[in-house]
Amino acid sequence: MLAKRIIPCLDVKDGRTVKGVNFVDLRDAGDPVELAWQYSEQGADELVFLDITATHEGRKTTIDLVKAVARQVNIPFTIGGGINEMRDAEILLNSGADKISINSAAVRNPQLIDDLAKAFGTQFVVIAVDTRFVEGKNYVHLRGGRDKTTIETENWIKEAESRGAGEILLTSMDHDGTKNGFDNGLLKKINDHINIPLIASGGAGSQQHFVDTFLDANVDAALAASVFHYGEILIPELKSTLRSNGIIVR
Amino acid sequence: MIGIVNYGAGNIFSLTAALDRINVSYGMINSKEDFDLYERIIIPGVGHAGAAMQKLQDTGLVDTILALKKPVLGICVGMQLMTSFSEEGNANLLNIFPLKTLHFDNRIGHKVPHMGWNSIKIENNCPLFHGIMDNTYFYFVHSYFIERDEKSVGASCEYGLPFAAAIQKDNFFGVQFHPEKSGAFGEQLLLNFSRF
Repeated sequence: MLAKRIIPCLDVKDGRTVKGVNFVDLRDAGDPVELAWQYSEQGADELVFLDITATHEGRKTTIDLVKAVARQVNIPFTIGGGINEMRDAEILLNSGADKISINSAAVRNPQLIDDLAKAFGTQFVVIAVDTRFVEGKNYVHLRGGRDKTTIETENWIKEAESRGAGEILLTSMDHDGTKNGFDNGLLKKINDHINIPLIASGGAGSQQHFVDTFLDANVDAALAASVFHYGEILIPELKSTLRSNGIIVR
Repeated sequence: MIGIVNYGAGNIFSLTAALDRINVSYGMINSKEDFDLYERIIIPGVGHAGAAMQKLQDTGLVDTILALKKPVLGICVGMQLMTSFSEEGNANLLNIFPLKTLHFDNRIGHKVPHMGWNSIKIENNCPLFHGIMDNTYFYFVHSYFIERDEKSVGASCEYGLPFAAAIQKDNFFGVQFHPEKSGAFGEQLLLNFSRF
């Protein structure tokens, strides 16, 4: 049976790991390569690195970091942040990244999804979507949740799938940083309408929250940052809890 | 030493990084003469099977590969190239294994691609899995699969239907998953191959 995946997310800035509470207050949580290696040893199924400053400061994700991770870590990983064109993606592929995650650049230029999927395969293209509930509807937000667009989240995700997205990483900005659980209502609604893997993100605070999102929304993977970085949830214990709830994990 | 067939189908950084981690030396194969330099051969591959086959043909190495008596390991699309035909691009392939590579779409009710960690069942005492237990998880990413054939299957996996996670015939081996991304057991598999 295909296992549900647990994905620690390492937000990086200046070669160090940080995690913003609601994306504003940044706290230092260590060396990304060291953290990545530790997570793979603990049983993380995959890793995501997001260069959170890349979008608004125009900085490219550090190629050296990608290479160091690819050399030392034996599980798949995704890089996001600062990918605006084909060339950015190609450099990351050749540096050992298994997948790239695109957010704003895909919204600004949806054709980029088609082009990336055609050149590198759909499995390489993760579309990250930041969503917020505004006046009764879910809208795509850009720049780490700062800028609201007029695009409804569900429509955008369907379009991304049809253009060749291999996977969707959906972050609820309303839940992110709250530690009150994933947005399972929205996740289920989205998951029922797509045929590519869906990664839940935003709101993880306890092991039960992971159980809930797998059972209620049937997502393929769940991502979190601070609860892992600060040792509030240990991956071996989390997997044991998931297993005892009948959820297939590695 | 392992020779990696360098035909331009996908990135091999992850594969060479994994070989570095297990201290297995390797080099690139770009010409027919290069095959003589290595005891074992890996055919990597990511992306479109039809396009990968075209690239392999363009290198002029196909006849040499077919005549190899050394251990050969195909990974992912590199494995699929060893079958007779792929629905991906309706391409005729190397035909080392008289099997077809088929699309998951319309054959299963699950999401496609089959992406993530899935458990395998070792079959026919496949030596790639020496020291690896049944039900070990490996990392898969693929939309096309090879039919499970009783005679050549080295390990099987289940995703809506049973398919071949590994195949073997004489000196030719293939794995559908990515050993270079499958944690310690993936590294064990590569180490096993390096000792054939």
